[in-house]
Amino acid sequence: MAKPGLDGHDRGAKVIARALRDAGMEVIYTGLRQTPEMIVAAALQEDVQVIGLSILSGAHNAIVPRVMQLLREKDMMDVKVVVGGIVPDEDAAALKRDGVAAVFQPGASLEEIVHFIRGAVGE
Amino acid sequence: MALARRHAGSKIADSRVPMKTAERQFTTLSGVPIDPVYEPKDLAGVETARDIGAPGEFPYTRGIHRDMYRGKLWTMRQFSGFATPEETNRRYRYLLSQGQTGLSVAFDLPTLMGYDADHAMSEGEVGKCGASISSLEDMEILFRGIPLGDVTVSMTINSPASVLWAMYLAVGERQGVSWSKLSGTLQNDILKEYIAQKEFIFPPKPSMRLVTDTIEFGAKHTPKFNPISISGYHIREAGSTAVQELAFTLRDGMEYVDWALERGLDVDEFAPRLSFFFNAHSDFFEEIAKYRAARKIWAYAMRDRYGAKSERSMKLRFHAQTAGCSLTWQQPYNNVVRTALQAMAAVLGGAQSLHTNSLDEAYALPSEQAVTIALRTQQILAYETGVPNTADPLGGSYFLEKLTLDTEAAANDYIRRIDGMGGMIPAIEQGFPQTEIASASYRYQQEVEAGERVIVGVNRFQSDDQPIELLQIDETSGEHQCKKLAALRGRRDNGAVQKSLDALKRASEGTENTMPYLLDAVRAYATLGEICDALRAVFGTYTETTHL
Repeated sequence: MAKPGLDGHDRGAKVIARALRDAGMEVIYTGLRQTPEMIVAAALQEDVQVIGLSILSGAHNAIVPRVMQLLREKDMMDVKVVVGGIVPDEDAAALKRDGVAAVFQPGASLEEIVHFIRGAVGE
Repeated sequence: MALARRHAGSKIADSRVPMKTAERQFTTLSGVPIDPVYEPKDLAGVETARDIGAPGEFPYTRGIHRDMYRGKLWTMRQFSGFATPEETNRRYRYLLSQGQTGLSVAFDLPTLMGYDADHAMSEGEVGKCGASISSLEDMEILFRGIPLGDVTVSMTINSPASVLWAMYLAVGERQGVSWSKLSGTLQNDILKEYIAQKEFIFPPKPSMRLVTDTIEFGAKHTPKFNPISISGYHIREAGSTAVQELAFTLRDGMEYVDWALERGLDVDEFAPRLSFFFNAHSDFFEEIAKYRAARKIWAYAMRDRYGAKSERSMKLRFHAQTAGCSLTWQQPYNNVVRTALQAMAAVLGGAQSLHTNSLDEAYALPSEQAVTIALRTQQILAYETGVPNTADPLGGSYFLEKLTLDTEAAANDYIRRIDGMGGMIPAIEQGFPQTEIASASYRYQQEVEAGERVIVGVNRFQSDDQPIELLQIDETSGEHQCKKLAALRGRRDNGAVQKSLDALKRASEGTENTMPYLLDAVRAYATLGEICDALRAVFGTYTETTHL
């Protein structure tokens, strides 16, 4: 679970991280103000199956594609990327075309997020 | 403008199954149980003069003025800013033309974090959450055509607050306005950053030094300016309960008082200009009780804990903002209703200044249409409802008076616990407020998931949405700001800039007040990033320990 860019609003990221742990998953929370490089490096080191990106700052169109590009460069395309935050529908569609597995907008339930991630890693 | 279409939200709980009254606890949004009815016996033992008081009289539970809004309405102060300072200036002039009575500046994330628009960390972020301000030049553009001697200005800035304040003071100078006339507020509340908003740069102790520098400087030079806005809004947005919001805010306030006293200031020299900022959330009576309890706790603290003699030191003045976190993506027009009800709570609670959120809160920064409705909400409240006609209209309600007393007691409990930890800074280091907030926010989300907490349009009463037009931030804002910076660096006296930064570093290493050095640096057109880098070199930077 990563907070990329300068955005420090972590309520959602922390609630979801805790819900995922309660659902039996192992969650590594990167902390705030991570660059795409730092996130992908951590994902590689921790050998994660899913990267969650929490972005509420409107900077998703600059940040998420960089994460996707780094995953492609490092041959990590088996890692699923899910995005949560303030992402308008058009941008969400574009991110999915770029390889993002899911975009969770405000009002999404913990249940649907847990369910999606379980499905995405083939449990 | 982009159109956003929203389809029916996900059904979280089966909302067709009604819960029996006996099975269901009636609680406030924060989980405080509420009785079916309140009666005179609920106030047995309460002495009106001691425990409640009159408006304008200690302990100010009922308001800080005898005549409240009959004397002067609250300031209608919409928090605003986006893209370039040029664009933001246009929005400010629009809002003032529509009857807003004070300005409130929103800065973008690079500015909030002390980075220039052309820093690597600023990419994709310039102008997205607020106005991009990298230098005095940008500040001058921001206030072009706005007479700072006549308009009060609030600035929502924390870690680099003293730098932006220096820029504002310099703009005042250039407009020919004396500092003694400048009126407004600097948020400048670093403790709540560690607790909730997380826009910290430096570690706590040097940050508190910077805050104390502004309080000291303000006491001497800017008698009409509030150098700090001690905030609960962000603590609440992070998911705290109303009592936690109240307790942590007031205890933060006490920490600032302690540091200013340690600096050698007399309490009555600076306390009158400490201001506060609370959330106006959805549970109507819980919020009104919170504001009344806040005034009472602070009045007693200033008089008895700190020995203040001046009434002005004891009167808690606050700005309120309706709760952003309560507004929904689904059925956004419902947000107009939520905001109106929350605004009414703030006014019934005696706020001095108010921001109302826009219906598109969950999507984007406010469009012009949306912010106009938000402003009209305040104007309708002020001129059509009769609510401002009398002070503390709900005073005397058995329910409200009992809730106020209970809120006061619960908040004082928390304050004592934090005192027991050695103060707010040790409490933060131990992760206490952060853990309380994380637990409260998780508990709340679980209630929503289970359908115990209804959010209309989200987990009950879903429907398809009409599209709404959204504000689009010009993607060229970043480029525009970077070009300006390059030109600025080209034409300024770089020798003078370097000299001012060196002097600032030396002062920061010592104990002098940093404000004069910051003023010299901004006047020489040192950029925000350059100034903050000088401070980073001396103070270091802070990384938090996460508390899930």
